Amino acid sequence: MLTKKEEIHLLKKLGRKPNLLEIDMIDAEWSEHCSYKSSKKFVRSLPSRGKRVIVGPGYDAGVLDIGDEDVITVHIESHNHPSAVEPYGGAATGVGGVIRDIISMGTRPIALLDALRFSSLIEESNASKSKWLFKNVVNGIADYGNCIGIPTVGGDIEFDNSFRNYCLVDVAAIGLGKKNQVISHHAQDDDLVILAGNPTGKDGIRGASFASKLLDDEEDRSAVQIPDPFLEKLLIEATIEASDSKCINAMKDLGGGGLSCCLSELSDLVEKGIEVELSAVHTKIPDLSPNEIMISESQERMVYIISKEKLSKFEDIFNKYGITYSIIGKVNGNDNLRILYREKPIANISCNLMVNAPPANRNSKKPKYLKSPNKKSRHHKVDDYNGTLLRLLSNLTVGNKDWIFQQYDHEVGLRTVIKPGANGSVIRVNDNKFVSIKLDGNSKHCYLDPYQGTLGCLSEGCRNVISTGAEPIGIIDHLQFGSPENPQIYWTFMKSIEAIIDFCKFMRIPVVGGKVSFYNETMNSPIKPSPVIGTIGLIRDRRHITSNVANLGDTLFIIGQTKDELGGSEYFHATSRPEYGKVPMVDLEIDKKNGLAVLALIHKGLINFVHDCSKGGIGIALAELAISSNLGIDIDLERIPNNCKRHDHLLFSESHSRFIIGTNQADKVKRILKTRKCVFSEIGKVDGTRTLNLRDSGDQIIELTVSDLEKAYNTMSKIMDGS
Amino acid sequence: MKAGIVVFPGSNCDRDVHHILNNVIGISAQYIWHTDKTIDDYDALILPGGFSYGDRLRAGVIAAKSPIVDAIMKKADEGLPILGICNGFQILVEAGLLPGALVKNDKLKFSCKWLEMEVLNVNTPFTNLFRLNDEIKIPIAHGEGRYVIDDEKINELHQNNQIVFKYKDQNPNGSTEMIAAVCNKRGNVMGLMPHPERASESILSPNKTNSNAGLIFLSLKNFLTQYIKN
Repeated sequence: MLTKKEEIHLLKKLGRKPNLLEIDMIDAEWSEHCSYKSSKKFVRSLPSRGKRVIVGPGYDAGVLDIGDEDVITVHIESHNHPSAVEPYGGAATGVGGVIRDIISMGTRPIALLDALRFSSLIEESNASKSKWLFKNVVNGIADYGNCIGIPTVGGDIEFDNSFRNYCLVDVAAIGLGKKNQVISHHAQDDDLVILAGNPTGKDGIRGASFASKLLDDEEDRSAVQIPDPFLEKLLIEATIEASDSKCINAMKDLGGGGLSCCLSELSDLVEKGIEVELSAVHTKIPDLSPNEIMISESQERMVYIISKEKLSKFEDIFNKYGITYSIIGKVNGNDNLRILYREKPIANISCNLMVNAPPANRNSKKPKYLKSPNKKSRHHKVDDYNGTLLRLLSNLTVGNKDWIFQQYDHEVGLRTVIKPGANGSVIRVNDNKFVSIKLDGNSKHCYLDPYQGTLGCLSEGCRNVISTGAEPIGIIDHLQFGSPENPQIYWTFMKSIEAIIDFCKFMRIPVVGGKVSFYNETMNSPIKPSPVIGTIGLIRDRRHITSNVANLGDTLFIIGQTKDELGGSEYFHATSRPEYGKVPMVDLEIDKKNGLAVLALIHKGLINFVHDCSKGGIGIALAELAISSNLGIDIDLERIPNNCKRHDHLLFSESHSRFIIGTNQADKVKRILKTRKCVFSEIGKVDGTRTLNLRDSGDQIIELTVSDLEKAYNTMSKIMDGS
Repeated sequence: MKAGIVVFPGSNCDRDVHHILNNVIGISAQYIWHTDKTIDDYDALILPGGFSYGDRLRAGVIAAKSPIVDAIMKKADEGLPILGICNGFQILVEAGLLPGALVKNDKLKFSCKWLEMEVLNVNTPFTNLFRLNDEIKIPIAHGEGRYVIDDEKINELHQNNQIVFKYKDQNPNGSTEMIAAVCNKRGNVMGLMPHPERASESILSPNKTNSNAGLIFLSLKNFLTQYIKN
């Protein structure tokens, strides 16, 4: 619903009273979901330029130059509201939407990733609902991604009770193409406007508006779209074939706000007016009203603008794939979106007016819960470190995610070099060029300190791709918060944006795409601030690809300082400590220095593996290393550079900028790290005992076999399948 | 030597097989769109994996009813080597070119992972370079890959040596006797659930070592070389 202020603005600009259809169109386009009215001015200030950036953040995917005429396109979207009421369809259509953004640039989608957030699957009161959401979201992503033949190569998952009765489902996609194939989105007068794909129906009506308010108890399933991955697959192939045959001048997928938003944004993109006849649209049922046709969010639809001369070629291609299409209108010289129904004009609005919603000025105020000074807590001494580590390993946020990844076809396309579940995932472009990508989020840190928390996600993302041997070349961000009308929530959003600006400027990494999603609230409460960062890295030599699996006899080093920073940690969460404390701080200088040092070691061929230290700290990183390598790890904790007063803090602090590396050339590694003035230390060895041994001088702190560790680590499949 | 890759709407491993045959194995391979008029120019046919017709009704069943399958059946009778991978296997079974049926995995979930299988028949155009009981590391990726067949027919399979590959150590989907691949009586038509094209380059295997799964395609090349010579 338009606000009073927006109504006045509309009236003034239009110079007349809008009719009902025009109000519906404006309502969809000016929804928070489509217009970014609360965030636009901040999002615009993100550093989005760089030597590799061909197309920065905009309507569809960002485009990055990766050399030799190759480009990759990247985009991220969420489908939170729909997934919370209809998890299977909501998640599946989320995949479909982001894929169409990639093909809209004329590139072939080559990989998908998803970042998921749910409430606990274990705690009694809400576990069954949460399990239902989780199971069906994963199933929806799997069925859709598998069917269209695009591998889901990785992701991120977090469980936290601020997602009670709700969930966050973010999907990112990467496309690959040649520089000269990227669609330039232009149009000339009299070019044809063609709508292709699914017939338009009553599904998903007012979806954009639905996503722009709080989710109330009355679940509105009719606003959720219905997925058809088979049709999506055909649309992908037909669009790429038509694009390769130079048939397409401009194109755009239909997402939130349906035809209405698509046409106005397309018109804005090509800087021309568009005139369409709605009775030409192919529909699922007869007698859809013009309003319904305009704002239906039926899935798997695209609008193409083509020259008249290309029509017969275009028709050949779409007929070959059996895709229904309608020629619904043409491009005209003015700026207006003109809608006719049975030859009668029924709407006529300037596109400029439509795509420029009056900005909503929101107030911001530091949240009350952050004002109270960090309470000091006295927590009990830990007697049983083995038990504590196992408990943390069985925490689903840090544990094994194979239950998820095995449901996704992550191999199709013959590009997945480093498979999901490691640091970043590595995708082959050709035999000497690879792209590394990872999604990272940390709502627990961002809740306690949205600025440092967001910096942490960015730092973790870079560490993840660096650990695979890649140089970070771009960032995508998805900023998810509660209602922007709440000044305390809006404050956390602004802090998060500030962090991205500071990090990306310092590291000189451009933001190439992103999304903002507000109103992530149920009747109970808003979610914790949940920015999700996607980091894209480039590997230009296959010898640089680095795994996270250790070899027998490797000498282990840690790079970076471990500090007493336990606020928002998985350790505190798993041991039910209240939510406060100092979250890990990112020192940008050190972060950059350590990352570059690891890359230098990789490029010199000095290290066998890299394991990034993040959620669950050193304790979890070492346990994972023992499991993935199926070997013994022997560590002297005393040697780890730290300022922690307790062993549990040392083991589970989530301080940033740390890497664990393994080498059989210890002296050379030391020399380089010393020259680069990194904080580092040799901490132990990889042996054949198949036991994780953590000692402090003479005292045994942890001694656990790989099979003990594995049992705890595989808790997710136990909970979901009972096996 | 020319292989044809039969592409249905919804096939999605066609490009992968094309790459492996042309760039790794050295068999010249071309796409055959399911409505193409003739398939006479090929020395072998491959039905790749994917979701033909979105796996609607049942995996492979709609593709199995399309006109090109009649032509494929004729070629099968003539003895042309025909390989169905994953969805291609499902289509061959639905078309009646191979015995048995492929139903939903016993855990009712799609499963994508690397595992091991064992060679039981080295007398087909796809296995002539293996030794009996060779072990092969290879990934699966399917939701409907549980091979089922009744008792009477399974005896026939044994008698005619039609079980080509079996899973080793673990049964990923509940298949009868852990069957991963079967062939027809003559041995020229084979269907298998795992994806050899995904295990034919060392860089794609989890530990970056060479898998011998590529021998499936190299066997075909070997067979065609002999056949063309004669």
